[in-house]
Formats: sequence, structure tokens, C-alpha cells
Amino acid sequence: MTQLLEIKDLLKSFAQPGGGNLAVLDIPQFQIAEGEQVALIGQSGGGKTTLLHLIAGLLVPDIGSIRIGGVEITRLSEQGRDRFRAETIGYVFQTFNLLPAFTALENVRLGMTFGSGKHKHERAADLLAHVGLKDRLNYRPKQLSVGQQQRVAIARALAGRPKLLLADEPTANVDPNSAESVLDLIRGTCREEKVSLLTVTHDMQIASSFDRLETLDEINQVTHANASAS
Amino acid sequence: MSLIHIAWRNFCHRALSSFLTTFSLALGVGLVVLVLSVYGVISEAFTRNASVGYNLVVGPKGSPLQLTLNSVFYLSQPIENLPYTEYMEFLPQAERATMVSRFGGDPELAKRDGRYAPFVAGGFAIPLALGDYFGEFRVVGTTPAFFKELKHGPNVDEDFTFRSGRALQDFSTENGYFEAVVGARVAKQMNVTLGEKFYPTHGDPTGHGHELGFTIVGILDPTGTPNDRAAFVNLEGFYLMDGHAKPVETDAESDNDSEDVLDEAIDAEEASDAEEANEGQPESDPNTNTEASANNGVRLIQSDITPEQANNLTDEKQSDEYRLLSIPEREVTSVLIRNGNIMFAPGMQNAINEGIRSQAVAPIGEINKLMNLIVGPLLTALLAITVITCAVAAVGILVSIYNSMNDRRKDIAVMRALGARRTTVTAIIVFESFQVALIGTILGWILAHAAIVMYSGQIEDQTGVQVGFFTTSNYEILVLPLVLALALIAALLPAWSAYRTDVGSNLSA
Repeated sequence: MTQLLEIKDLLKSFAQPGGGNLAVLDIPQFQIAEGEQVALIGQSGGGKTTLLHLIAGLLVPDIGSIRIGGVEITRLSEQGRDRFRAETIGYVFQTFNLLPAFTALENVRLGMTFGSGKHKHERAADLLAHVGLKDRLNYRPKQLSVGQQQRVAIARALAGRPKLLLADEPTANVDPNSAESVLDLIRGTCREEKVSLLTVTHDMQIASSFDRLETLDEINQVTHANASAS
Repeated sequence: MSLIHIAWRNFCHRALSSFLTTFSLALGVGLVVLVLSVYGVISEAFTRNASVGYNLVVGPKGSPLQLTLNSVFYLSQPIENLPYTEYMEFLPQAERATMVSRFGGDPELAKRDGRYAPFVAGGFAIPLALGDYFGEFRVVGTTPAFFKELKHGPNVDEDFTFRSGRALQDFSTENGYFEAVVGARVAKQMNVTLGEKFYPTHGDPTGHGHELGFTIVGILDPTGTPNDRAAFVNLEGFYLMDGHAKPVETDAESDNDSEDVLDEAIDAEEASDAEEANEGQPESDPNTNTEASANNGVRLIQSDITPEQANNLTDEKQSDEYRLLSIPEREVTSVLIRNGNIMFAPGMQNAINEGIRSQAVAPIGEINKLMNLIVGPLLTALLAITVITCAVAAVGILVSIYNSMNDRRKDIAVMRALGARRTTVTAIIVFESFQVALIGTILGWILAHAAIVMYSGQIEDQTGVQVGFFTTSNYEILVLPLVLALALIAALLPAWSAYRTDVGSNLSA
């Protein structure tokens, strides 16, 4: 199976206000295959979101390699990472992060605005129809329920036809009844669109339904005790 | 989705704040456009005023500006008067002879061309006599040539036209010498109509009234020139009013009169100069300006009449019962000159200015000086104030957008997470500022021009300048680039803040 994401010898630390660095991640190896759906669980403050930001190119590791689709993103300039992110990676946030000034349709279109621009605008409406919001295209986020907002966020993340979808606790703010359907939607859509999925969650029940379950404590050599001592 | 669309959505999302910021800018821009429009109107009014149809004004020695003010704008007080013989110096021999014959005077005057007549040949010399008022408006004694010869308008090719009535006549059987033509503004403000008679007041608007009245025979269409603000009366009628005749003393009385000694000296000098000047001057055309020689045959009544008698005579409307003033009794305030060949103007102007008694000024030059020295700095100051107002409005844009940045850091971080570059989110902020500037400028322009249109009637009445909604001054085209530049400057700080927004911390917030 071809690997889409390959992480090797990744080290990330943050400068401390009082001086010195706090090591957060030390991952010798981590991979996700094309089309694979992986759940990553871990404690709060364990570095899950930091790992997603590193994979998305929003943060740069201290050392180590992150290859996505054969591209070593740590060697890209900031502009190169921005462009790569726009064309290759979709991101679903825990708090949805829909832009309140825009309608549902515009929020989804925003997901394809900063990329290559080769996607047709009709795709935004199709995606919203696919997530069950065909009749909510021109609604503002505050006019939508929480579950509907997360559906819009999913549609937005997939609008640019990414190769990898990163979902940061996508069901954390959704009621339990909707959580399963939201997750099914993400997984189903990723499968249809042949998008690899890395979902961060702390819900064991959800995580167990994925192709592969990874625990951050197992792949990360920085323990909380180490982090505190650094 | 374009960045401009994204910026527009942000603009709409903060509707109240955006509206207030834009409206504040619109008021600033409106003020600037209003001042520029007023500047344009004043400039055009000055240009119209400079399009007087004559190239020189000749009057007594003194301030050239004052001569221009009183003879062109009918403002300020006349400097002094010139003897009628000074006016006659611009006329050919035939016309002078007719005057001597008609009015009475030194026969020697009839024997030669006026010393400046060759310079004027093909043009005209129109006398003005000032000093009286009709309400707050100047009464201008002049000849029918004023309406026949003078043109106005931007190209100085428009004849005087009459809303009603006609021009003055040298003498009419209905009104004798006591006819008047009033400017459009005089007619409106004084609420007079054709056939009404008015009695000028002497010296100033509240001075004593003359007992001789003038019948209004014509009301001018608006010209946008000072002529709208004047009441023109027949020069002969003007002379017939009490106190307008220059006292003439007998030889015996004047033996010891130092003023007459001076006059004689000046006359002698000028006669000598005239001979010299005539040698190098263009040949006068005997066929030119001989109209007066075909004048009506007015019989001169040499006996004096009292004002009461004159008034009665006016009512009787008998032409041959007036005593026209003799040449020595006549004075003019100034003479409007148009040289037949403009090339002769500088030479004539120099010749006049080298003399002792008169000066010749080019009104366009004086009007431009007045514009540059007085009106220009005033308008520049006004413009500076309004530009500062715009700058303050630009600061308003800065404050508005910058204050919104705290609420928008997360939005910016989300856009960055979706692949937007730092320069992209920076550009969105700049576009937002431009949108405020563009809408504010358009709104301000509309407000200003709506205000101008509301007062267009009064502006036309006051200045003669017609303004419509789309009447723009040349400077207005600079407003939009100026405001956009200010908006760009105002956007720099919030744009820099957007550029530096940390994605990670704001996404997690």
C-alpha cells in the first residue's frame, strides 16, 4: 500500500516564557496510507492538535521529516506550505470555525478559494447537498444548528479535493445523537472521495471503528513526565 | 470567490460600524467636493468676469485694482473722475466734431483726432459714469454702445439679450434721455418690471435721492457677469441729474485758480504728446466710428434748468427741452477700450500710463491678481481644512478596522488554515479599507452635488454660473485617488496586524 503521509524523527518543542524549551512531540515514525482512515487518541494537552498543525504545515518541526504525497513539506517556504495546504489538505475543526460573515455556500466555496482555483463552484453546492444541506445554502452559520454547522465545515474541508483530511475532535461539540452521523458522514465522504483521514479524538468508542487506531502516547516518545521536566 | 467579495462580506457583516465609518468619510469627502465645486464656481465666475469684451480700462491715476473693481465689478468707490476730453482722446476727429457741435465746447477739440484714436480704430471706447445707486446696486451711466459693442460669455462672443424690453437709446420720444436697463439680479432683487421708474440715490445706497427718475426699458438676461448687478442709465440722463455737472468757472473767475493752471499744463503737455504720438501711430480710418456724426439733431438749450423743471420736462417727454451738458461740464469715471488691433494695446497702455492724468489697466490681469492674491489663498485654506477633515475620516477607517481585528483574528487564522497566504489576508484588509473609501467617496460626491443642485438657482442668481448634478470641477477627479491613498495608509496598521496573526494560537482559541 502506498504511503500518503510519512513522518520520521519528528521533534517539536516550544519556547518557555521563563527560558528553555518544552518538548511536546518526539515521533520516530508515523505513517498513513492512501485512503486509510486513522484515529489518533490521546490525553488533553498531549500534543494531538500540534501534530495536526505540523502535518498541515501551520507549524514547522524543530527537526525531522514530514512527507505528504512525496512532498517534503518541511523544506517548503511558508508560501509553498500555504499553497500545498490549500491543494492537498482539508481541515475540520473542533469548533467548526465557520466564518460568520459568509453563508453556508460561501463558507464551502472559501475552501476552494485559496487553492489552484481549478474546481468548479457547483462543487460547493453539490457537497452541501451531499451533507444534507441542499436547502440551507444561503443560511448564515448562526442560522444553522450545531450539527448543520459541522456538516458545512466538513463540506468546506473537502471542497478543494484534498488528499488528506485532518479532523480535530470533530464530534466534541456535537450532541451524542449527531456525533455518530457526523462521523459517518466524514468517513463516508472520505471513502467516496478517496481521501485519507486522520481524526483526533478522545472518544474510544468512535476511535475503535476506524481502520487503524493509534495512541499518541505510543507513537510519541515525549511523556507528560518528560515534558514537565524539560 | 474573489478577495474583493470576501472583503465585501466582511464589510457587510459589520454593517453598523462599516456604515458609520463610511458615512463619516462621506461627510469629509462631501465637504472637500463642496469646496472644490465652490472653487470651480468662483473660478468660472472670475473667468466669466474676465471675459469682459474689452481689453483695457482707462481711469484716473490711482490703484489699478480699485479702477478694476469699480469699473468692471461695480464695487468699491471710483478713484476720481476724468474730464470728458480724456474720453474724447480715443475718438476720431469726425466724432469729436459731432460732440463739440452737439454739446458745445472748445472748437479746437473738433479739429483733430483723439491722440489714442488710431490705436482704437476698429474697436470701441465706451464711457462709464459711476456714483449713484439703485438700492444696493450701482447705477452706471453709459451710452447705447455698451449693449451694442460689448460681448460676454466664455468665448466673449455672446451679445446681451433681454428677458424683456430693449437696450438704451440715445434718445427716445417716450422717455427722452431717462431710460434705464437693469441687470437680471437687479430686476429680481429690486422687484422691478418694464415701464417702472426709479430714482437713483447719490453717493451711496442710503444717500439722498435724485429728483430725476429713469424709466426701465429693458431687463437683461443673466450673463454671469457683474452686469447682472448694475442698473444702466443713459449717460446724458445721468449728466442731467443734479450735482452731476462739473462746475465750470468763467475766465475771470479762473484766473487765479491753480487747478485750472494745472489742467492747462496737462492739456499743453498732452497736445504736444499727441502730435509726437500721432507720428508713429497707425493711420486712423476716417470711416471708423463715425456713427455719432449721424446722430439725431438735438437742439441745445443753453439756459440752466432747475431739477424741478427737468422733472417736469421729463414727463413732457420733449427732446428739445433738455439742456445737455457742455463738454467742460462733463466727466467720466472710466472708459472701456477694445483696440481694433490688439497689437496696439500695449503701446497705448504705455502711452496712457506715462501721462500725468490717466492710467490704463488690463482688467484680466487685475482680476487674475485678485484671484491669486485674495480668493486663491482663502480657497487654499478651505481646501487644507477639508483635506484635514478627510485625513481625520481616514483615521476613522483605521480605528474601525483595527478595532475589528481582535474579533477577526480567528477568521483570519481559519482562512490561513484553508490555505490563504499572509499576503492574501493582508490584501483582504486593504480591500476592505478601499471599499470604505470608494463607497464613502461616491456617497460624499453625491451628497455634495445634491447640495449644489439644491442651491443651483441661488448660485446662478449670484454668479451667473449654471451648475447641474454632474457639473464637476477639474480638481474633483483628484479626490478619489487622494482618498484611496489615505485609505491605503489607514489600512497599513490593521493589515500588518492581519499579516502577523498567529494561526495556531488563534485556531485553538
